[in-house]
Amino acid sequence: MAEPKNKYDRQLRIWGEQGQAALEKASICLLNCGPTGSETLKNLVLGGVGSITVIDGSKVEQGDLGNNFMVDVSCVGQSKAKCVCTFLQELNDAVKAKFIEEYPKALIDSNPSFFSQFTLVVATQLAEDSMVKLDKICREAKVLLIFARSYGLTGFVRISVKEHAVIESKPDHFLEDLRLNNPWPELERFAESIDLNVSDPVAHKHTPYVVILVKMAEEWAKAHGGALPSTRDEKKEFKELLKAGMVAMDEDNYTEATEASFKVFAPRGISTDLQKIIHDGCSEVESNSSDFWVMVAALKEFIANEGGGEVPLEGSIPDMTSSTELYVNLQKIYQEKAEVDFLAIQQRVKNILKRIGRDPDSISKAMIKSFCKNARKLKVCRYRLLEDEFNNPAVSELQKYLTDEEYGVAMGFYILLRAVDRFAANYNSFPGQFEGEMDEDISRLKTTVVGLLTDLGCNGATVTEDLISEMCRFGASELHAVAAFIGGIASQEVIKLITKQFVPMVGTFIFNGIDQRSQLLAL
Amino acid sequence: MADSTVQQSRSRDLDKLLLRPGNLVAPTFEPGVQLRDDLQEYARILVIGAGGLGCELLKDLALSGFKNLEVIDMDRIEVTNLNRQFLFRLEDVGKPKAEVAAKRVMERVSGVNIVPHFCRIEDKDIDFYKDFSIIALGLDSVEARSYINAVACGFLEYDSDDNPIEETVKPMVDGGTEGFKGHARVIMPGSTPCFECTIWLFPPQVKFPLCTLAETPRTAAHCIEYAHLIKWDEVHSGKTFDPDDPEHMKWVYTEAVKRAELFGIQGVTYSLTQGVVKNIIPAIASTNAIISAACTLETLKLASGCSKTLGNYLTYNGVEGLHIKVTEFVRDKDCLVCGPGVLIELDTSVTLQRFIDMLEEHPKLLLSKASVRHQATNLYMQSPPVLEEMTRSNLSLPLFELMGKVPKDIVHVTGTANKDDKKTSCLRKLRLVFKGVDAVTDMDMAVGA
Ligand SMILES: [Zn+2]
Repeated sequence: MAEPKNKYDRQLRIWGEQGQAALEKASICLLNCGPTGSETLKNLVLGGVGSITVIDGSKVEQGDLGNNFMVDVSCVGQSKAKCVCTFLQELNDAVKAKFIEEYPKALIDSNPSFFSQFTLVVATQLAEDSMVKLDKICREAKVLLIFARSYGLTGFVRISVKEHAVIESKPDHFLEDLRLNNPWPELERFAESIDLNVSDPVAHKHTPYVVILVKMAEEWAKAHGGALPSTRDEKKEFKELLKAGMVAMDEDNYTEATEASFKVFAPRGISTDLQKIIHDGCSEVESNSSDFWVMVAALKEFIANEGGGEVPLEGSIPDMTSSTELYVNLQKIYQEKAEVDFLAIQQRVKNILKRIGRDPDSISKAMIKSFCKNARKLKVCRYRLLEDEFNNPAVSELQKYLTDEEYGVAMGFYILLRAVDRFAANYNSFPGQFEGEMDEDISRLKTTVVGLLTDLGCNGATVTEDLISEMCRFGASELHAVAAFIGGIASQEVIKLITKQFVPMVGTFIFNGIDQRSQLLAL
Repeated sequence: MADSTVQQSRSRDLDKLLLRPGNLVAPTFEPGVQLRDDLQEYARILVIGAGGLGCELLKDLALSGFKNLEVIDMDRIEVTNLNRQFLFRLEDVGKPKAEVAAKRVMERVSGVNIVPHFCRIEDKDIDFYKDFSIIALGLDSVEARSYINAVACGFLEYDSDDNPIEETVKPMVDGGTEGFKGHARVIMPGSTPCFECTIWLFPPQVKFPLCTLAETPRTAAHCIEYAHLIKWDEVHSGKTFDPDDPEHMKWVYTEAVKRAELFGIQGVTYSLTQGVVKNIIPAIASTNAIISAACTLETLKLASGCSKTLGNYLTYNGVEGLHIKVTEFVRDKDCLVCGPGVLIELDTSVTLQRFIDMLEEHPKLLLSKASVRHQATNLYMQSPPVLEEMTRSNLSLPLFELMGKVPKDIVHVTGTANKDDKKTSCLRKLRLVFKGVDAVTDMDMAVGA
């Protein structure tokens, strides 16, 4: 039946069959199913994750009807986990949905091994002490973890995973690797076989710009002792030469060549981001290294040897003005080089696997192919343990953010979101949660903030009175629109973590619902 | 902790924001039960589009203190909507989106009233749009945005100092998404840029040159567009291609495959064929949720003043990490749509017919087939036929007389504008000034028009 595939058509165009398969294999655990949790799961259920387990110990109250779309009047007095689970199941019957009526805090304290069965845990509306405990549990069990919390007009999302390596980072506007600054012999020979001064005007305007640039660069190098244009004047001169090659005004291929000439001038070799990855400690592989790092080790060897300082060629070329024949031939030359490079990497991967005592064929060909194609775009994201972030704060970063015009409010909210938990631990309720004690709560929260800042080593730093008062006004409310926003962000990041595509955010995302100037804080 | 046995209100959480005074709020904010009740009773929000954004908007608004909502959408539910348009189920396929969406939200959120309109936005009278406090746009087309923008800006009136008159400002909140990216914006006609002021944010779609398709195809997309745009007409003389007919799509796919084989080109798939021919924009639930939530929050703030307002354009990009940016765009002072209107000087003898002809030649307008409205009166309507017949006799009368012999006033014209070889329906506001009638102060303004 074509139906299920059809249903996911619009997302398959983003993450493909591979990404969808990863989602369909994932089992997700949700802690607390208020609007923030419900909205996060709603987006994931629609996308077709394998299974969900909703954990919440509370009963549905009147107030929940005003902020949670996954409950209705008939649910009042019943288990919230059960009601939300039922409504979520309605959205997609391909998803296995179950619930457990239990308070997450109790579960974290009493049954830490419970969490190891999941691919990923979405922990919403948890207090600081529970977050810290859960973080350690999931880190130990290698379970992906994401925290989300909505609080009045603010909130946060924070991923916690030891390391997340991405091969298919799929960045926007990433330029194809054409090697115009470092062509290999076959490309040079192909370019040589084409006459730029061909007399047929149709052929002249259908010579692909890649050929034009390779030939012109070679000519230039011959005349300049092997060097390519590097100074401003030289670059200008090179472009003038290109223009002089035109025989008519409407030659798009020459215009494209001029626009792409910077690719000839670009420095050879690999980016600093990639340098960092191949020199990462993890690239010294051992028997328990991940497939990713085994391939990085192979890449490192390749670059130092047959790669001649370059990564394996991607093999794809952009569309460009050209005759069909020349374009298709050019495409083949790039593909063939990519295949040769892939075989070299594959051999190195096998050798490394053998060396570290693993099955030489344990990494699939498709995986290595994808790695080669994306070698320039590899990403490694690492996340501190929450306990570490809290106990060894990055004082200079904190200070910098607090006084920064752009980040000040977000940093203030970061402090306040932590302060309200301290407040609650001391006074048994969140500031402003109940009517009638507003002034007292404001001054208590102020004191709590000062204490927290001191503990963080930010003596003398402050959070504005306006922000403290607003935080008390929020009174731990969970507004639907804010929860939908936070839940949307959380589910987006979950998708990136599970599909291993695109790049998840690194740091703590702080939502600023006042003027929408939200920020990502690297702490 | 608390004794939650006290009679709890459904607006437990929202009350914190609406009933309590705040420090970072709009100057107009007057917290209290009255505000909450007024939002429920008087605020009327129109949601345009019941697709990915529209479904989210309806849910979010219904849970943000609004009780009077309406939604307009001309589409029916398709299978490919189900991965994000969460108000629809498989058994709803084929039903009107607006009707199903309204029904589902009302079932879930008691007390909220949603009126669905299963029609095109152009089918509604301009006055229909006037009744709403705020218009929330969940659209995926530039043309539809342009149209609604012109309608909302058309209500705007300026005082004699060219300052917008507050009661005539119709705020809009607009969202858009594509894959992991999106935008949310607030448009206050007359003070923040309208859609047309910043039309450059939506660059026109790049089309392949026909000679590439016909002579030098290089990519799979070229082969598909050849089959779709050239071969179809060659083979099916006179029969229009229907992108929603699977037989038509399969034909294009098969032809594209043949052409690709002929030229040694790889990569033609059925999915790509659909994507290219229908210009499919990838879409997912999470991005729609983020953008709609931002739009709803701004709608709530506009209606209640409970916090500051987004000023005025937010972009979200989740492709590489997370980037949220707020940009304060500025109005185009010469904007034809949100400005005081195009000034046109007329002799009192000019007939309505002559006036309509002038619009076609006017360099700033180039508006053909115009219908003309003055205040609540239709002076001439091109359609429907009944109205055309009723208003036809006006064509030979002087416009000055039709407008009640006022020295100057605003008229609204709708018609077809030719832009980049594309015909789009558009609405324009015109400031008419009749020559020689005692409105001397306005005469200097007319200079240079
Ligand atoms: Zn404008």
